[in-house]
Amino acid sequence: MGAFILRRLALALPSLLGISVVLFAVLALAPGDPFAELATNSNVPPEVRVHLRASLGLDDPVALRYLHWLVAMLRGDWGFSFISRVDVTTLIWQRVPVTLGLIGASQLLALAIAIPVGTLSAVRPYSWFDRIASTLALAGFSLPTFFTGILLILVFSIKLDWLPFVYRSDVEATGWAAVVEHVREAIMPVAVLGLFQGAGWTRYVRSAVLDVVRLDHVTTARSKGLSERVVITRHVLRNALIPVVTLVALQMPTVFGGAIVTEQIFRIPGIGSLLIDAILRNDTPVIMGVTFVFSMLVILFNLVADLLYGLLDPRIAYR
Amino acid sequence: MNEQMLHDLVEQVRDGRLARRDFIGRMVALGVGLPLASAMLAGVAVAQGNAAEPAYKPTKRGGGGPLRLLLWQGPTLLNPHFATGTKDQEGSRVFYESLARYDADGVLVPVLAAEIPSRANGGIAADGLSTTWKLKKNVQWHDGQPFSADDVVFNWQFVTDPAGGAFSVGFYANVRSVEKLDATTVRFNFIKATPIWDRACNICLIPRHLFAAYVGAKSREAPANQKPVGTGPYRFVAFTPGDLVRGELNPNYHLPNRPFFDTIEMKGGGDATSAARAVLQTGEFDYAWNVQVEDNVLKTMEANGKGRVVFKPSGNPEMIMLNAADPWTEVDGERANVKSRHFAFSDPAVRKAFGLLVDRKSIQDFVYGRAATATANTLNNPAQYNSKAIVAEFNVDKANALLDAAGWKRGGDGVRSKDGKRLKLVFQTSINSVRQKVQAIVKQACAKAGIEVELKTVQASVFFSSDLTNPDTYGKFFADVEMFLNNRVGTDPDRFMQQWVSWEICQKSNGWQLQNKCRWSSADYDKLFRASEVELDPVRRAALFVQMNDMACNAGFVVPVALRAQVTALGKSISAPLTGWDLDMSGLHDWFRA
Repeated sequence: MGAFILRRLALALPSLLGISVVLFAVLALAPGDPFAELATNSNVPPEVRVHLRASLGLDDPVALRYLHWLVAMLRGDWGFSFISRVDVTTLIWQRVPVTLGLIGASQLLALAIAIPVGTLSAVRPYSWFDRIASTLALAGFSLPTFFTGILLILVFSIKLDWLPFVYRSDVEATGWAAVVEHVREAIMPVAVLGLFQGAGWTRYVRSAVLDVVRLDHVTTARSKGLSERVVITRHVLRNALIPVVTLVALQMPTVFGGAIVTEQIFRIPGIGSLLIDAILRNDTPVIMGVTFVFSMLVILFNLVADLLYGLLDPRIAYR
Repeated sequence: MNEQMLHDLVEQVRDGRLARRDFIGRMVALGVGLPLASAMLAGVAVAQGNAAEPAYKPTKRGGGGPLRLLLWQGPTLLNPHFATGTKDQEGSRVFYESLARYDADGVLVPVLAAEIPSRANGGIAADGLSTTWKLKKNVQWHDGQPFSADDVVFNWQFVTDPAGGAFSVGFYANVRSVEKLDATTVRFNFIKATPIWDRACNICLIPRHLFAAYVGAKSREAPANQKPVGTGPYRFVAFTPGDLVRGELNPNYHLPNRPFFDTIEMKGGGDATSAARAVLQTGEFDYAWNVQVEDNVLKTMEANGKGRVVFKPSGNPEMIMLNAADPWTEVDGERANVKSRHFAFSDPAVRKAFGLLVDRKSIQDFVYGRAATATANTLNNPAQYNSKAIVAEFNVDKANALLDAAGWKRGGDGVRSKDGKRLKLVFQTSINSVRQKVQAIVKQACAKAGIEVELKTVQASVFFSSDLTNPDTYGKFFADVEMFLNNRVGTDPDRFMQQWVSWEICQKSNGWQLQNKCRWSSADYDKLFRASEVELDPVRRAALFVQMNDMACNAGFVVPVALRAQVTALGKSISAPLTGWDLDMSGLHDWFRA
């Protein structure tokens, strides 16, 4: 298994290199200029803009710029943002706690909904509960987050005035008041993301449990006289969760980037909003840094999913 | 009581250290009549130039609770010399201050300076080669170090170091040196005699003792880039680039009874519409920056009564440019070469007709609302630069008559042509719903006059970029007509008016980086502009600019449409002096909650 991991990691290197080449080329070909705002400012002479571009190496040939970036990256230097002049690693680390906390919470919410609801639906298929759950799930993953987000703001912030709709990572209060404030401002974004994700996963859990619940070993367990609760948790759910776990593991990287829209709506300072700001301002080092982290996470979690598969189902061997 | 003492007392009233009533009481006690005592103070209010700015009322420092500001683009860095975006300049301005700022009328008022240099007080040299600034005494940086002339000199050195990459170098362009005369006096020496002596005084000043080790190539490494130490009313607490800036009351601020708020928070991100909503509809924030949202949307939000929208007049006109060169044929390997002539716009009748087809009133009423004022002038505001000679006119019949007389005959499809050239124009601008509406209004009127207009829209990041390889930039102007807004920063119009001088024409040889996009030029205009560069008398100089405005507008290659206002949303109880001539945060020390 050690050899398997090593081989997979070695294979990942060329993929990462390929990804970085493609990214860099696309960014270089894309129109725009990090100092575009200076262009409409008649008090800033064009020489200043030209000088700024030159000082950041923006006028060098693309291949040379890529080589500079690659060499620095290999030495562990991720470069600094053209816009804020802060190191890319600092910028990313600043955003990690909020991203992990908030988006992690929404994933937990999604699992907390998907597993019980999906299982109950599958155990009693075509019951009233199943029909209602299926309808809601369909509605849930059909409604995009930008719609549900604005809908929640309209209802809970503007009409009812219960919740704030601007997320502050740094609330003024301390102690319990701070915790309450954090929860208040996190409710809407977590609900938007969690319900969207949960709706999709409910369908997966339901179909996975449906597949297992008809198998012979479940019938055997029932005929042994085991209680329904034990049959479902021990014999059905454990087997049914194998594909679900893989699915969740593969979706982990999107935890970091998949919430861009929600982050924009609620002004959450997560990694997604860092990326979108960087793209809008043509801040190449930050775009490269963030997308590079994303690609590494994708590759890493693919590997994790493969390994988890083996742990849950010992019949799968690694060669 | 001698004159000096009286002067000091008036100063105290001006600074708010002495209440008006107390001043008048003292004067009356000294035997000065009440009317005379009030008259002395009437001069103070005028000297402040605060007709358009609300008066500061709180009588003690602090106690105002938090001030919450929302910028839909959050500041990404807090060093004023690297603050390339307005959002970054606003963020820096919370902590840093400049020698002087512009008020709502475009009048310079002192901040870190004790007074504004003038010929009368000897601050402006008669030969125009230098200005002497007296600095305010007893100003401290947030870390307790004294602010002095050394800091002012240092800022000039820091900015002009070529390896430093400071964008503010453009503001020091005509400065030969900054010289310390004594601890609180500095002299700006200019390369040549100049009437523009106030440009560098509006740039925020950073402390020498924290940046001295980081001049030039090392400038990026200064820890104070992320943790500003300024002289402003609020001192630094925390900063996350692009997201949040936090500050707290500066207990040693150099103005009495200021600031009012205990903490300040500047949150970034999101979009303009929801930023306006957070102030006007939910009241979560006290201020939203640059809310460029359609006026009817803002009006429905204002109906909630939680806030109001402030429209600040400025000098930024939305203008339509007609290409003087031929954008469709290559001359010397270059389209829109200045040596070529446009097939239609070389005829003055076509230019005049086009000007008559821009329905400014409809554009203001149906597109901009309160966010702009129709104007036929390219140079607008402050008052001394406003021309009376140019009058806006929308008249399709007159345009038709002009074109008929000039020999542009209508064809079977209603489109005019002359010498086999169809009067078909490509009109380009950036993608922006407001601009597309204006384009449509112009196109409709042109159709009535037999001019076919093809509308072209370009992504703003492309249109305004300096990308040499992209044919759709506004500098290349490979179209017949284009529309954009030219920002005029500061009140002095010299950089703005140089957009029609012959040496600023955008061409391949200069990478299309210069200011004259429409490629019209005239020897007379050049002459006027050169004269304005050396005219030291402000009145005569203003007259020169008005003449230039009239000349450019009459030539017809530039068709001003509307003067855009800067739009800000404020909470109902917030009193804030906002100016279209300086940053919103430039008056932060006078903000309070009524």
